[in-house]
Amino acid sequence: MSDVILEMSGICKRFGTTRALDQVHLTAHSHEVHALMGENGAGKSTLMKILSGIYQPDAGEIRLAGRPIRIAKPADARQAGINLIYQELAICANLSVAENIFMGTAPRGRFGGIDRPRMRRDAQRLLDRLGTRFGPNTPASRLSIADWQQVEIARALAHQSRILVMDEPTAALSDRESGRLFEVIDTLRDQGIAIIYISHRMEEVSRLADRITVLRDGCLAGNLTRAKNSPQLLIGMMVGRALNHFYPPKRQDGFGQVMLDVQGFCSDKIESASLRVRAGEILGLAGLVGAGRTELARLIFGADNRLRGRLRIDGTDVDIRSPRDAIRHGIGYLPEDRKRQGLFLHLSATANIAMNVLHEHARAGMLDRAALRTLTRQAVTRLAIKARSGESLVGGLSGGNQQKVLLARWLAIRPRVLILDEPTRGVDIGAKVEIYRIMHELAAQGVAIVCISSELPEIVGVCHRVVVLRDGRVAGELSGKEVGQEAIMNLATRH
Amino acid sequence: MPSLANDSRAAGAVPSPRMSALARLGMLPILIVLYLGFYLLTLYFSEDGNTHFLTLDNTLNILRQTSINLVLASGMTFVILTAGIDLSVGSILAVSAVLGMLTSLPDHNQALSLPVFVLSGLAMGLINGTMVAFLGINPFVVTLGTMTALRGAAYLLADGSAILNSDIPAFEWLGNGSLLGVPWLVWIAALVVTASWFILKRTVLGLHIYAVGGNPHAAYLTGIRVGLVLLFVYAINGLFAGLAGAMSASRLYGASGNWGTGYELDAIAAVVLGGTSLSGGIGSIWGTAVGALIIGVMNNGLTILGVSSFWQYVAIGVVIVLATILDKWRLKPSDGQ
Repeated sequence: MSDVILEMSGICKRFGTTRALDQVHLTAHSHEVHALMGENGAGKSTLMKILSGIYQPDAGEIRLAGRPIRIAKPADARQAGINLIYQELAICANLSVAENIFMGTAPRGRFGGIDRPRMRRDAQRLLDRLGTRFGPNTPASRLSIADWQQVEIARALAHQSRILVMDEPTAALSDRESGRLFEVIDTLRDQGIAIIYISHRMEEVSRLADRITVLRDGCLAGNLTRAKNSPQLLIGMMVGRALNHFYPPKRQDGFGQVMLDVQGFCSDKIESASLRVRAGEILGLAGLVGAGRTELARLIFGADNRLRGRLRIDGTDVDIRSPRDAIRHGIGYLPEDRKRQGLFLHLSATANIAMNVLHEHARAGMLDRAALRTLTRQAVTRLAIKARSGESLVGGLSGGNQQKVLLARWLAIRPRVLILDEPTRGVDIGAKVEIYRIMHELAAQGVAIVCISSELPEIVGVCHRVVVLRDGRVAGELSGKEVGQEAIMNLATRH
Repeated sequence: MPSLANDSRAAGAVPSPRMSALARLGMLPILIVLYLGFYLLTLYFSEDGNTHFLTLDNTLNILRQTSINLVLASGMTFVILTAGIDLSVGSILAVSAVLGMLTSLPDHNQALSLPVFVLSGLAMGLINGTMVAFLGINPFVVTLGTMTALRGAAYLLADGSAILNSDIPAFEWLGNGSLLGVPWLVWIAALVVTASWFILKRTVLGLHIYAVGGNPHAAYLTGIRVGLVLLFVYAINGLFAGLAGAMSASRLYGASGNWGTGYELDAIAAVVLGGTSLSGGIGSIWGTAVGALIIGVMNNGLTILGVSSFWQYVAIGVVIVLATILDKWRLKPSDGQ
């Protein structure tokens, strides 16, 4: 049934003095899902950019169905039936589903105009193949991110895709949406398409992958088939060592007084939410995407306006109307989308780290550059940030290091309350472990931490207590031994 | 992803070793090539085998001719760094020049002229800034409006004619005097550039300007008062435009409603030539200075060569576009990244 459709062999690629890929092999079969794993910077993206014609390999060969081909530009890849779906989806929200699918390749009618009836028919046929619940005339603006992804898949199918590469497609999806996506992937596999699936998530890979290729530091770290796969083995291959203590041990007691006390918060998306966090405690905020986790966090932080509700920090009522007020009261908020909401990619690591405390490192408004350097040096040591220097631009750092820079910015305010929204999204395993370590360290120092996460194992592994949100309300609370993935899911989805 | 090359021009960036020395210099090589090119051209076309182009006199001349645009472009750099634009600086210059000249007339107190020039500019900048920062109106629209309205105001204040006064002891020095052999106009421009550099690179406010321009939402979540930062950039831009009004009024002993027409475009051209991104967050004041000098050198060189002013427009327009293309091509990393 499954034939080798793609062979990339002996692929090498250097950027200046950096070896990005060294003798990497990848074989994809039709009717199979091939997972490509590795830490950030391992070379997954570079390999896929070579496959899609964005980069040219320095050495190596690509064969498509046994015949060597040269992919000099992205159009060549599309021509060969190779399509990529990036994390950032290329959807125009102002256009309809059909227009998005046939963007640039719309069927032409007489006089060169677009043949709309045919475009709709063709789009409907593609959507049927995926089993979507929306039609070709739906405006893209009314669809969710998960639906957009399906539109992108339909577009790939419109290009007669034989090889479909998906780069961390579930990063922005809820569990339920991910489940839908997996069904679509199963369907495509049954239809004979070879799928290359890039992901960090073990559960997904075990659910989907027929074969797994692991890269580490630009080299092939190993190949596995479904039968031989185990998470421990994979983690070992990815980081080159076994991670015995993935989550640091939680302490069970010894929490301080109530540090953050949220009572009856209301907004247009939140209905009367209350929660308390003690000093030294890590509270998980769980729920499906859209349940109001981020919305509640932004209300506490003063980023959005609340209609009602009372906030106490360390036993005193505080009035917080803006992030500025929140920061003054010692509340930090690490946003979920670090590039859009957190980082200044064109500024240096130092500037990014110091942005909240510039006035403490300035005299009469003039920057004290020596003090800033000290601040950076301390942060770099404490968080094990890998940057060439404090002057390195944050845009050039890896995802994990960017996240640590952002975390350093919030540590610099010496927070009493720290809200972390998806603190490990898009960071590699090594950085994940570091971030968990820092969270526990902060908690041990008496910081009250709120951790929002879509990854249930993370919530269960890190948090002392969990508040589950559903449709903007608190659906329940779990503590101690009650904290478990199933219990959380039950609360998150109960009707 | 932002390209590596663009990054090097960001605030506080030390260029990576991988960046060529060329990339670090920005548009400076183009300025030098143009300067030497015009020297050779004027030499080649001169009748007696001599040229005045490279003399100290002519160099000071170039700097003096560039000074007003340099002051305007410095202010414009602040605004463009926040991803904004200010089309009204030419009109602000006119209003400021007319108001200052009116104050200089015999029945007024000429000592107040200089403050009037500068403070009227500041006031107009604050109007722009308030609308952009606190009413949330698009800067292009706001300043298109004030550009038109203030132009009308300048004509009205000047009563449709020119206000001439050759007896301006209070500020004659500004446009016509010199210090240590260098015109005051050049000193003022240099001072404005240096002060702008200092604010942008050495102060908390400067870093906030880059932050607001690079990522306004992140800036808000960092507790930066985004509105105040925006108000500041339009205010200082107005202030500099007022100063430029003083410079041109003093230089020409007069002002009229059509003063400074089109100056906003020269200022924007200098900023863009200098590598500042119109989408905000990337750029430097040194780039702007080089950009303004490129335009100045071309104007001067072409005039010496006897090229008609119509062709000068064409040439400068072509150079702006070509230099920017060259810059993009030159800074393009070898392979992606």
